[in-house]
Amino acid sequence: MADQSKIFEVEIITPDRTFYKSEATMIEFNTAAGEIGVYKNHIPLTTVLAPGVVTIHKDGEDNVIAAVHSGFAEILPEKVTLLAEVAEWPDEIDVERAEAAKKRAEERLASKAESVDVMRAELALRRALVRMDIAK
Amino acid sequence: MASMRDIKRRKSSIQSTQQITKAMKLVSTVKLQKARTRAEQTNPYTNHMYQTIRSMLTKSGNVNHPYLVSGESAKKAVVAITSNRGLAGGYNSNIVKLVANSGLPMEEVEIYAIGNKGQDAFIRRGYHIKHSDSSLIEAPTYAEAAALCKQVLDAYTNGEIGEIYLAYTHFKNTVVHEPTLIKLLPVEIDTTEPEEPAGPTAQMVYEPNEEEALDMIIPKYITSLFYGALVEAVASENGARMQAMDSATSNAEDIISDLTLKYNRARQGAITQELTEIIAGASAIS
Repeated sequence: MADQSKIFEVEIITPDRTFYKSEATMIEFNTAAGEIGVYKNHIPLTTVLAPGVVTIHKDGEDNVIAAVHSGFAEILPEKVTLLAEVAEWPDEIDVERAEAAKKRAEERLASKAESVDVMRAELALRRALVRMDIAK
Repeated sequence: MASMRDIKRRKSSIQSTQQITKAMKLVSTVKLQKARTRAEQTNPYTNHMYQTIRSMLTKSGNVNHPYLVSGESAKKAVVAITSNRGLAGGYNSNIVKLVANSGLPMEEVEIYAIGNKGQDAFIRRGYHIKHSDSSLIEAPTYAEAAALCKQVLDAYTNGEIGEIYLAYTHFKNTVVHEPTLIKLLPVEIDTTEPEEPAGPTAQMVYEPNEEEALDMIIPKYITSLFYGALVEAVASENGARMQAMDSATSNAEDIISDLTLKYNRARQGAITQELTEIIAGASAIS
Protein backbone atom coordinates (compact mmCIF):
# COMPACT_ATOMS: atom_id res chain seq x y z
CA MET A 1 0.00 0.00 0.00
CA ALA A 2 1.30 3.39 -0.95
CA ASP A 3 2.40 5.86 1.67
CA GLN A 4 -0.70 7.94 2.36
CA SER A 5 1.25 10.97 3.50
CA LYS A 6 2.60 11.54 -0.02
CA ILE A 7 -0.55 11.01 -2.03
CA PHE A 8 -2.75 13.79 -3.33
CA GLU A 9 -5.57 14.06 -5.81
CA VAL A 10 -5.06 15.02 -9.44
CA GLU A 11 -7.84 16.07 -11.76
CA ILE A 12 -7.60 17.21 -15.37
CA ILE A 13 -10.81 18.73 -16.68
CA THR A 14 -11.50 19.78 -20.26
CA PRO A 15 -14.70 21.38 -21.60
CA ASP A 16 -15.82 18.07 -23.10
CA ARG A 17 -15.04 15.63 -20.34
CA THR A 18 -13.31 14.94 -17.09
CA PHE A 19 -10.10 13.91 -18.77
CA TYR A 20 -8.32 12.29 -15.84
CA LYS A 21 -8.95 11.81 -12.17
CA SER A 22 -6.76 9.83 -9.87
CA GLU A 23 -4.23 9.92 -7.07
CA ALA A 24 -0.55 10.67 -7.51
CA THR A 25 2.64 11.32 -5.62
CA MET A 26 4.00 13.98 -7.96
CA ILE A 27 2.89 15.91 -11.01
CA GLU A 28 5.06 17.81 -13.47
CA PHE A 29 3.78 20.31 -16.00
CA ASN A 30 4.64 23.41 -17.99
CA THR A 31 3.46 26.83 -16.86
CA ALA A 32 3.87 30.25 -18.43
CA ALA A 33 6.75 30.82 -15.98
CA GLY A 34 8.50 27.52 -16.70
CA GLU A 35 8.27 23.86 -15.75
CA ILE A 36 7.18 22.97 -12.27
CA GLY A 37 6.84 19.79 -10.26
CA VAL A 38 4.31 19.59 -7.48
CA TYR A 39 4.36 17.33 -4.42
CA LYS A 40 1.78 17.09 -1.69
CA ASN A 41 1.32 20.14 0.59
CA HIS A 42 2.37 22.63 -2.02
CA ILE A 43 1.40 26.22 -1.21
CA PRO A 44 -1.93 27.25 -2.81
CA LEU A 45 -1.12 28.52 -6.26
CA THR A 46 -3.05 29.39 -9.40
CA THR A 47 -0.94 29.51 -12.51
CA VAL A 48 -1.35 29.74 -16.25
CA LEU A 49 -0.49 26.66 -18.31
CA ALA A 50 1.79 26.63 -21.33
CA PRO A 51 1.56 23.91 -24.00
CA GLY A 52 3.50 20.97 -22.67
CA VAL A 53 3.62 17.47 -21.35
CA VAL A 54 1.99 16.58 -18.07
CA THR A 55 3.69 13.74 -16.22
CA ILE A 56 1.85 12.19 -13.33
CA HIS A 57 4.01 10.08 -11.05
CA LYS A 58 2.40 7.27 -9.13
CA ASP A 59 3.69 5.09 -6.40
CA GLY A 60 4.71 1.71 -7.77
CA GLU A 61 3.01 2.25 -11.12
CA ASP A 62 4.10 3.57 -14.47
CA ASN A 63 4.02 7.31 -15.00
CA VAL A 64 1.03 8.68 -16.82
CA ILE A 65 1.74 11.21 -19.54
CA ALA A 66 -0.55 13.46 -21.56
CA ALA A 67 -0.34 16.59 -23.69
CA VAL A 68 -2.06 19.72 -22.41
CA HIS A 69 -2.48 22.98 -24.33
CA SER A 70 -3.55 26.24 -22.68
CA GLY A 71 -5.60 26.60 -19.58
CA PHE A 72 -4.72 27.06 -15.95
CA ALA A 73 -3.86 25.02 -12.91
CA GLU A 74 -5.15 25.34 -9.40
CA ILE A 75 -2.84 23.85 -6.82
CA LEU A 76 -4.05 23.17 -3.30
CA PRO A 77 -2.18 21.20 -0.62
CA GLU A 78 -4.39 18.12 -1.10
CA LYS A 79 -5.43 18.52 -4.71
CA VAL A 80 -4.20 19.70 -8.09
CA THR A 81 -6.76 20.64 -10.72
CA LEU A 82 -5.78 21.39 -14.29
CA LEU A 83 -8.46 23.20 -16.27
CA ALA A 84 -7.25 22.66 -19.81
CA GLU A 85 -8.91 23.72 -23.03
CA VAL A 86 -7.35 20.76 -24.82
CA ALA A 87 -5.86 17.60 -23.34
CA GLU A 88 -4.79 14.50 -25.25
CA TRP A 89 -3.48 11.04 -24.50
CA PRO A 90 -0.45 9.92 -26.51
CA ASP A 91 -2.51 7.41 -28.51
CA GLU A 92 -5.03 10.08 -29.52
CA ILE A 93 -2.43 12.14 -31.32
CA ASP A 94 -2.21 12.16 -35.08
CA VAL A 95 1.55 12.33 -35.65
CA GLU A 96 1.30 13.11 -39.35
CA ARG A 97 -0.97 16.04 -38.66
CA ALA A 98 1.34 17.33 -35.96
CA GLU A 99 4.30 17.09 -38.33
CA ALA A 100 2.42 19.00 -41.01
CA ALA A 101 1.48 21.64 -38.46
CA LYS A 102 5.10 21.92 -37.37
CA LYS A 103 6.25 22.42 -40.95
CA ARG A 104 3.60 25.05 -41.59
CA ALA A 105 4.46 26.97 -38.44
CA GLU A 106 8.17 26.86 -39.22
CA GLU A 107 7.59 28.13 -42.74
CA ARG A 108 5.47 30.96 -41.45
CA LEU A 109 8.09 31.94 -38.90
CA ALA A 110 10.89 31.73 -41.45
CA SER A 111 9.07 33.82 -44.05
CA LYS A 112 9.15 36.87 -41.74
CA ALA A 113 6.32 38.39 -43.77
CA GLU A 114 4.38 41.27 -42.27
CA SER A 115 1.16 39.32 -42.30
CA VAL A 116 2.52 36.56 -40.07
CA ASP A 117 1.19 36.54 -36.56
CA VAL A 118 4.43 35.51 -34.85
CA MET A 119 2.83 34.74 -31.51
CA ARG A 120 0.28 32.45 -33.09
CA ALA A 121 2.82 30.67 -35.24
CA GLU A 122 5.10 30.13 -32.27
CA LEU A 123 2.26 28.71 -30.22
CA ALA A 124 1.28 26.41 -33.07
CA LEU A 125 4.87 25.26 -33.37
CA ARG A 126 5.08 24.54 -29.66
CA ARG A 127 1.82 22.61 -29.72
CA ALA A 128 3.05 20.53 -32.65
CA LEU A 129 6.37 19.81 -30.92
CA VAL A 130 4.62 18.75 -27.73
CA ARG A 131 2.35 16.43 -29.67
CA MET A 132 5.21 14.81 -31.55
CA ASP A 133 7.27 14.55 -28.39
CA ILE A 134 4.58 12.72 -26.46
CA ALA A 135 3.43 10.46 -29.28
CA LYS A 136 6.83 8.78 -29.54
CA MET B 1 -73.87 16.99 -40.38
CA ALA B 2 -70.71 16.34 -42.35
CA SER B 3 -70.92 13.51 -44.83
CA MET B 4 -69.21 10.19 -44.18
CA ARG B 5 -66.71 10.84 -46.91
CA ASP B 6 -65.66 14.20 -45.47
CA ILE B 7 -65.14 12.75 -42.03
CA LYS B 8 -63.13 9.88 -43.41
CA ARG B 9 -60.86 12.19 -45.39
CA ARG B 10 -60.26 14.44 -42.40
CA LYS B 11 -59.47 11.46 -40.21
CA SER B 12 -56.87 10.03 -42.54
CA SER B 13 -55.18 13.42 -42.91
CA ILE B 14 -54.88 13.72 -39.14
CA GLN B 15 -53.58 10.19 -38.92
CA SER B 16 -50.72 10.96 -41.26
CA THR B 17 -49.89 14.12 -39.31
CA GLN B 18 -49.82 12.04 -36.19
CA GLN B 19 -47.35 9.66 -37.76
CA ILE B 20 -45.05 12.56 -38.54
CA THR B 21 -45.22 14.03 -35.04
CA LYS B 22 -44.63 10.60 -33.57
CA ALA B 23 -41.50 10.13 -35.69
CA MET B 24 -40.25 13.60 -34.80
CA LYS B 25 -40.73 12.85 -31.16
CA LEU B 26 -38.63 9.72 -31.43
CA VAL B 27 -35.87 11.57 -33.28
CA SER B 28 -35.69 14.34 -30.72
CA THR B 29 -35.70 11.84 -27.87
CA VAL B 30 -32.57 10.26 -29.27
CA LYS B 31 -30.97 13.64 -29.91
CA LEU B 32 -31.90 14.77 -26.43
CA GLN B 33 -30.13 11.85 -24.85
CA LYS B 34 -26.94 12.62 -26.74
CA ALA B 35 -27.09 16.35 -26.03
CA ARG B 36 -27.85 15.71 -22.41
CA THR B 37 -24.77 13.56 -21.81
CA ARG B 38 -22.68 16.26 -23.44
CA ALA B 39 -24.22 18.94 -21.26
CA GLU B 40 -23.52 16.89 -18.17
CA GLN B 41 -19.91 16.36 -19.19
CA THR B 42 -19.23 20.07 -19.53
CA ASN B 43 -20.64 20.83 -16.11
CA PRO B 44 -17.53 20.10 -14.02
CA TYR B 45 -15.42 22.41 -16.18
CA THR B 46 -17.86 25.31 -16.02
CA ASN B 47 -18.48 24.89 -12.29
CA HIS B 48 -14.83 24.76 -11.46
CA MET B 49 -14.17 27.79 -13.63
CA TYR B 50 -16.87 29.70 -11.78
CA GLN B 51 -15.48 28.72 -8.37
CA THR B 52 -11.99 29.83 -9.34
CA ILE B 53 -13.12 33.16 -10.74
CA ARG B 54 -15.23 33.80 -7.68
CA SER B 55 -12.49 33.07 -5.22
CA MET B 56 -10.09 35.23 -7.24
CA LEU B 57 -12.47 38.16 -7.29
CA THR B 58 -13.42 37.77 -3.65
CA LYS B 59 -9.80 38.00 -2.77
CA SER B 60 -8.63 40.67 -5.14
CA GLY B 61 -11.53 42.95 -4.23
CA ASN B 62 -11.80 46.05 -6.36
CA VAL B 63 -9.08 45.57 -8.90
CA ASN B 64 -9.45 48.21 -11.57
CA HIS B 65 -9.34 45.72 -14.39
CA PRO B 66 -10.94 46.56 -17.76
CA TYR B 67 -13.07 43.42 -17.59
CA LEU B 68 -14.46 44.39 -14.21
CA VAL B 69 -15.65 47.93 -14.94
CA SER B 70 -18.36 48.93 -17.37
CA GLY B 71 -17.16 50.16 -20.77
CA GLU B 72 -17.90 53.72 -21.87
CA SER B 73 -20.19 52.73 -24.71
CA ALA B 74 -23.90 52.54 -23.91
CA LYS B 75 -24.30 49.66 -26.38
CA LYS B 76 -25.13 46.31 -24.92
CA ALA B 77 -24.35 43.09 -26.72
CA VAL B 78 -26.82 40.27 -26.26
CA VAL B 79 -25.75 36.84 -27.42
CA ALA B 80 -29.06 35.08 -28.02
CA ILE B 81 -29.00 31.33 -28.49
CA THR B 82 -32.02 29.88 -30.29
CA SER B 83 -32.54 27.06 -32.75
CA ASN B 84 -32.45 26.76 -36.53
CA ARG B 85 -35.63 24.76 -36.71
CA GLY B 86 -39.11 25.36 -35.40
CA LEU B 87 -41.74 23.01 -34.04
CA ALA B 88 -40.26 23.18 -30.59
CA GLY B 89 -43.14 24.76 -28.71
CA GLY B 90 -42.28 28.03 -27.02
CA TYR B 91 -38.55 27.40 -27.09
CA ASN B 92 -37.52 30.19 -29.47
CA SER B 93 -40.18 32.74 -28.63
CA ASN B 94 -39.36 32.44 -24.93
CA ILE B 95 -35.81 33.65 -25.57
CA VAL B 96 -37.02 36.53 -27.73
CA LYS B 97 -39.60 37.53 -25.13
CA LEU B 98 -37.03 37.31 -22.40
CA VAL B 99 -34.73 39.76 -24.17
CA ALA B 100 -37.63 42.06 -25.12
CA ASN B 101 -38.93 42.18 -21.54
CA SER B 102 -35.52 42.43 -19.92
CA GLY B 103 -35.69 46.23 -19.70
CA LEU B 104 -32.72 46.70 -22.03
CA PRO B 105 -33.62 49.60 -24.34
CA MET B 106 -34.00 48.35 -27.91
CA GLU B 107 -31.83 51.10 -29.48
CA GLU B 108 -28.87 50.14 -27.32
CA VAL B 109 -29.00 46.42 -27.92
CA GLU B 110 -26.75 44.72 -30.45
CA ILE B 111 -27.87 41.17 -31.07
CA TYR B 112 -25.38 38.40 -31.72
CA ALA B 113 -27.86 35.86 -33.04
CA ILE B 114 -27.06 32.18 -32.84
CA GLY B 115 -29.82 30.27 -34.65
CA ASN B 116 -32.09 31.30 -37.51
CA LYS B 117 -35.38 31.34 -35.67
CA GLY B 118 -34.28 33.82 -33.05
CA GLN B 119 -32.60 35.99 -35.64
CA ASP B 120 -35.78 36.28 -37.71
CA ALA B 121 -37.87 37.07 -34.64
CA PHE B 122 -35.44 39.78 -33.50
CA ILE B 123 -35.44 41.36 -36.95
CA ARG B 124 -39.25 41.39 -36.95
CA ARG B 125 -39.23 43.18 -33.62
CA GLY B 126 -36.81 45.78 -34.96
CA TYR B 127 -33.63 44.84 -33.15
CA HIS B 128 -30.27 45.47 -34.71
CA ILE B 129 -28.41 42.27 -35.58
CA LYS B 130 -24.70 42.80 -35.33
CA HIS B 131 -23.60 39.31 -36.12
CA SER B 132 -25.29 36.04 -36.85
CA ASP B 133 -24.01 32.52 -36.91
CA SER B 134 -26.58 29.84 -37.33
CA SER B 135 -24.28 26.90 -38.04
CA LEU B 136 -22.88 27.08 -34.53
CA ILE B 137 -25.90 25.50 -32.91
CA GLU B 138 -25.86 22.35 -35.04
CA ALA B 139 -22.89 20.75 -33.33
CA PRO B 140 -21.17 23.22 -31.01
CA THR B 141 -17.46 22.68 -30.40
CA TYR B 142 -15.26 24.42 -27.89
CA ALA B 143 -13.13 25.96 -30.66
CA GLU B 144 -16.19 27.58 -32.23
CA ALA B 145 -17.32 28.93 -28.87
CA ALA B 146 -13.82 30.35 -28.40
CA ALA B 147 -13.96 32.10 -31.79
CA LEU B 148 -17.32 33.66 -30.97
CA CYS B 149 -16.05 34.69 -27.56
CA LYS B 150 -13.01 36.36 -29.09
CA GLN B 151 -15.16 38.34 -31.46
CA VAL B 152 -17.41 39.64 -28.70
CA LEU B 153 -14.49 40.39 -26.39
CA ASP B 154 -12.68 42.29 -29.14
CA ALA B 155 -15.72 44.48 -29.61
CA TYR B 156 -15.75 45.03 -25.86
CA THR B 157 -12.09 45.98 -25.59
CA ASN B 158 -12.39 48.27 -28.65
CA GLY B 159 -15.11 50.15 -26.84
CA GLU B 160 -17.82 49.27 -29.37
CA ILE B 161 -19.95 47.75 -26.66
CA GLY B 162 -20.11 48.44 -22.96
CA GLU B 163 -21.79 45.35 -21.58
CA ILE B 164 -22.24 41.76 -22.66
CA TYR B 165 -25.29 39.63 -21.92
CA LEU B 166 -26.04 36.03 -22.75
CA ALA B 167 -29.58 34.73 -23.35
CA TYR B 168 -29.98 30.97 -23.51
CA THR B 169 -32.22 28.20 -22.30
CA HIS B 170 -30.97 26.54 -19.16
CA PHE B 171 -31.50 22.78 -19.19
CA LYS B 172 -32.69 21.86 -15.72
CA ASN B 173 -34.04 18.42 -16.57
CA THR B 174 -35.93 16.73 -19.38
CA VAL B 175 -39.17 18.61 -18.75
CA VAL B 176 -37.96 21.89 -17.24
CA HIS B 177 -36.03 24.35 -19.41
CA GLU B 178 -35.60 27.88 -18.17
CA PRO B 179 -34.91 30.80 -20.48
CA THR B 180 -32.07 32.64 -18.75
CA LEU B 181 -30.45 36.04 -19.28
CA ILE B 182 -27.10 36.55 -17.57
CA LYS B 183 -24.66 39.42 -17.56
CA LEU B 184 -21.19 38.32 -18.62
CA LEU B 185 -19.17 41.51 -18.66
CA PRO B 186 -18.32 43.46 -16.63
CA VAL B 187 -18.03 40.42 -14.41
CA GLU B 188 -20.47 40.61 -11.57
CA ILE B 189 -20.10 37.83 -9.12
CA ASP B 190 -21.87 37.76 -5.86
CA THR B 191 -18.92 37.97 -3.49
CA THR B 192 -21.09 38.43 -0.44
CA GLU B 193 -21.97 34.79 0.05
CA PRO B 194 -19.52 33.14 2.38
CA GLU B 195 -16.73 31.15 0.85
CA GLU B 196 -17.03 27.54 2.00
CA PRO B 197 -13.44 26.32 2.05
CA ALA B 198 -12.03 29.40 3.71
CA GLY B 199 -8.78 27.61 4.52
CA PRO B 200 -6.45 26.94 1.62
CA THR B 201 -7.95 29.21 -1.05
CA ALA B 202 -7.58 32.25 1.18
CA GLN B 203 -3.82 32.35 0.77
CA MET B 204 -3.87 31.51 -2.92
CA VAL B 205 -0.85 32.79 -4.80
CA TYR B 206 -1.16 33.81 -8.44
CA GLU B 207 1.46 33.39 -11.06
CA PRO B 208 2.62 35.47 -12.99
CA ASN B 209 0.53 37.95 -10.94
CA GLU B 210 -3.09 38.58 -10.20
CA GLU B 211 -3.71 41.08 -12.96
CA GLU B 212 -2.17 38.96 -15.70
CA ALA B 213 -3.86 35.85 -14.39
CA LEU B 214 -7.22 37.66 -14.55
CA ASP B 215 -6.38 38.78 -18.07
CA MET B 216 -5.87 35.17 -19.06
CA ILE B 217 -8.58 33.53 -17.08
CA ILE B 218 -11.57 35.83 -17.65
CA PRO B 219 -11.71 35.19 -21.42
CA LYS B 220 -11.51 31.47 -20.69
CA TYR B 221 -14.28 31.87 -18.16
CA ILE B 222 -16.49 33.63 -20.71
CA THR B 223 -15.69 31.01 -23.34
CA SER B 224 -16.59 28.22 -20.97
CA LEU B 225 -19.91 29.95 -20.23
CA PHE B 226 -20.59 30.32 -23.97
CA TYR B 227 -19.79 26.70 -24.59
CA GLY B 228 -21.82 25.52 -21.63
CA ALA B 229 -24.76 27.65 -22.78
CA LEU B 230 -24.55 26.29 -26.33
CA VAL B 231 -24.50 22.70 -25.20
CA GLU B 232 -27.36 23.25 -22.76
CA ALA B 233 -29.35 25.10 -25.41
CA VAL B 234 -29.06 22.12 -27.76
CA ALA B 235 -30.32 19.82 -25.02
CA SER B 236 -33.18 22.19 -24.19
CA GLU B 237 -34.15 22.55 -27.84
CA ASN B 238 -34.52 18.82 -28.25
CA GLY B 239 -36.30 18.52 -24.93
CA ALA B 240 -38.74 21.26 -25.92
CA ARG B 241 -39.33 19.64 -29.30
CA MET B 242 -39.89 16.28 -27.71
CA GLN B 243 -42.55 17.74 -25.44
CA ALA B 244 -44.21 19.69 -28.22
CA MET B 245 -44.35 16.64 -30.45
CA ASP B 246 -45.62 14.48 -27.60
CA SER B 247 -48.56 16.79 -26.96
CA ALA B 248 -49.18 17.10 -30.72
CA THR B 249 -49.38 13.32 -30.97
CA SER B 250 -51.82 13.04 -28.08
CA ASN B 251 -53.93 15.91 -29.48
CA ALA B 252 -54.11 14.05 -32.77
CA GLU B 253 -55.20 10.98 -30.85
CA ASP B 254 -58.06 12.95 -29.26
CA ILE B 255 -59.25 14.36 -32.58
CA ILE B 256 -59.09 10.95 -34.22
CA SER B 257 -61.26 9.31 -31.54
CA ASP B 258 -63.74 12.17 -31.80
CA LEU B 259 -63.88 11.79 -35.57
CA THR B 260 -64.27 8.01 -35.32
CA LEU B 261 -67.32 8.54 -33.14
CA LYS B 262 -68.78 11.03 -35.59
CA TYR B 263 -68.06 8.73 -38.50
CA ASN B 264 -69.83 5.79 -36.85
CA ARG B 265 -72.84 7.95 -36.04
CA ALA B 266 -73.02 9.16 -39.61
CA ARG B 267 -72.73 5.57 -40.86
CA GLN B 268 -75.51 4.42 -38.56
CA GLY B 269 -77.66 7.37 -39.63
CA ALA B 270 -77.13 6.50 -43.26
CA ILE B 271 -78.11 2.84 -42.71
CA THR B 272 -81.24 3.80 -40.75
CA GLN B 273 -82.22 6.19 -43.49
CA GLU B 274 -81.73 3.59 -46.17
CA LEU B 275 -83.81 1.04 -44.23
CA THR B 276 -86.62 3.51 -43.73
CA GLU B 277 -86.61 4.23 -47.43
CA ILE B 278 -86.76 0.55 -48.37
CA ILE B 279 -89.53 -0.18 -45.90
CA ALA B 280 -91.48 2.85 -47.08
CA GLY B 281 -90.99 1.73 -50.68
CA ALA B 282 -92.12 -1.86 -49.90
CA SER B 283 -95.24 -0.74 -48.08
CA ALA B 284 -96.14 1.56 -50.97
CA ILE B 285 -96.10 -1.35 -53.42
CA SER B 286 -98.23 -3.79 -51.35
